[in-house]
Amino acid sequence: MGERLLEVKDLSTHFFTHVGVVKAVNGVSFTLDREETIGIVGESGSGKTVAALSVMRLVPDPPGKIVAGDVRLAGRDLLALTEDEMRAVRGNDIAMIFQDPMTSLNPVFKVGDQIAEAIMLHQDKKKDEAWEMAAALLERVGIPDAKKRVNQYPFEFSGGMRQRAMIAMAISCNPDILIADEPTTALDVTIQAQIMDVIREMQTQFRSGVIMITHDLGVVAEIADKVMVMYGGRTVEYGPVDAIYYDPHHPYTWGLLGSLPRLDLAEKHRLQPIKGQPPDLLLLPPGCPFVGRCAYEVPRCRGEWPPLELVGPDHGVHCWIPVERRLEMRAGLPRFKEWVA
Amino acid sequence: MASDEHDRGREPVTGLTEVEGAAAGAAVAAAPAAAPKVLSPWSDTWRRLKKNKLALIGLGIIAVFIVVGIVQVIAYPLTDGRGLTPYDPNAENYSLSPTGHGSSPSLSHPMGTDYLGRDILSRALVATRISLLVGVIAVAIGLIIGLILGPISGYYGGFVDTVIMRLADIFFAYPYILFVLLIMTVLGPGFVNVFLAIGILGWASFARIVRGQVLSVKSMEYVEAARAQGASDLRIIFRHVLPNSMAPVYVTIAMSVGGAIVTEAAMSFLGIGVQPPNASWGKMISDYLNYLFAGSWWMVLFPSVLLTVTVFGFISFGNGLRDATDPRLKE
Repeated sequence: MGERLLEVKDLSTHFFTHVGVVKAVNGVSFTLDREETIGIVGESGSGKTVAALSVMRLVPDPPGKIVAGDVRLAGRDLLALTEDEMRAVRGNDIAMIFQDPMTSLNPVFKVGDQIAEAIMLHQDKKKDEAWEMAAALLERVGIPDAKKRVNQYPFEFSGGMRQRAMIAMAISCNPDILIADEPTTALDVTIQAQIMDVIREMQTQFRSGVIMITHDLGVVAEIADKVMVMYGGRTVEYGPVDAIYYDPHHPYTWGLLGSLPRLDLAEKHRLQPIKGQPPDLLLLPPGCPFVGRCAYEVPRCRGEWPPLELVGPDHGVHCWIPVERRLEMRAGLPRFKEWVA
Repeated sequence: MASDEHDRGREPVTGLTEVEGAAAGAAVAAAPAAAPKVLSPWSDTWRRLKKNKLALIGLGIIAVFIVVGIVQVIAYPLTDGRGLTPYDPNAENYSLSPTGHGSSPSLSHPMGTDYLGRDILSRALVATRISLLVGVIAVAIGLIIGLILGPISGYYGGFVDTVIMRLADIFFAYPYILFVLLIMTVLGPGFVNVFLAIGILGWASFARIVRGQVLSVKSMEYVEAARAQGASDLRIIFRHVLPNSMAPVYVTIAMSVGGAIVTEAAMSFLGIGVQPPNASWGKMISDYLNYLFAGSWWMVLFPSVLLTVTVFGFISFGNGLRDATDPRLKE
């Protein structure tokens, strides 16, 4: 790939609430190169959004605090920046697209106003120049009649168009990194594909690295180069997208894949839900957060968080089950029978 | 206010402008070639306000009051304090008050004259200037303070919030008229000081209302999005949060103007507002009250009616505006 854009190491973000410490992110590490896409997957409350917000230092403080770790943007230590310096990074070097396009545009301002504002925050542009750029950006993300649309209010836009406008706003300053926090969750399936296309197009045009946060493994398979699977605030497995889909090592990853519908399996095949509830982040066990839901746990799982085990090139897993046992167990799962074969 | 606009936005993905369902069906159907009617938040509010007769009457009263008031405000300095009135409001004419009890309404003096033979209508007209000024200036003072402290309180929360809101509680807890009197004692009498006193006291209700709105607006995703764009706190508060928190503020403005006018009247009634021989509705009521018991009803009646009608106008308009902007009441 290209140059290293982002390096996150052992990032931990906790929320200090009156009922206790919510350990939302615990020792998460990942890297992102230019033009690369990393998918962060996990169910609600697994810490994926907090991890991304921590990179932008947007975790509400109080009660949130980045308690440990290292975030480097092209070598620059983001956690050491002052708030003013960080503001110059946000939107300019790292931009973000949000989940619900219905609420992520300010209803009282024209769409062009909001894109122009983002431009003027970081670039030395006059208002009319910024507006012209806004119209050009809208056109670029595939909004027809952009010259007219730029003068409209968000309520005059449909959901898909609003998300396009959000993307236009995010790329307005040509950011190195684009964080997309479930950008298609609130959209129709037909629009989802279009939005993913726009994101991918913008990524090639602007040569950005993309962090795609999602619980949709289909989205990840489509867009990501590598995947990080999060559970209970921890990375349980990471690796190249093919490795995660065809050679998954963590029981939680198996569970995620097993709960996906597949067209190529027999009709009788039933989806396999993961039993139980995700752990309360207030009362995380000292060991693996997946204990209790994991069908394969060994005594050690409860006491200690397993170290990183490399199982392939750039493919790591945190699991106490010995690798041979793991492969055996996986082969026994109905879903993986034909994969392994 | 903001969120209901969003819910409405879930139209098909073609991205066509929203067509207002019922009204457009009825009004625009005749002209199929016409562009679809776009429903902006304001036209939506107006559409619902139009159905409220009382609010429209209030709006009419406010319009008349403002026009007359502005005319008097402009005319006052040009006519050396006389205003645009049929008679000099301060000119004494004892032939019109032969017994010292004024003269009852007649064609030449439709509201009668007072005990000094002054034309009541002229005095009431010139007094609209005071009422308009107190309504605008006093409320503006309170509004500005409230719109600065309220958002800061709601946005930052914590200690700042506690200090500002406890201060507001103190302002609410102390009897209002006593508080005005206290401030007037410090500032001295005179109608400019009445403006200041009412204005200083008005901030708390604005601050409290804006704070409540800010609390809900600040967690909206577009605020987060603005932060992710690198916007500063000040920009977020005053550009993104505040404009979306204003709907209930407009209602409070309308109500407060009515309240400020009444308070000014009360202050003038108590003799610490407008100083003689200048007229204000409250001052007139106070001056003429004794003559009411002697049978000269017209002196008190007309300024009282004007005061009541004006305040009624503001309050019924404010009520209508509140109903029209309340998402729970939307059909």
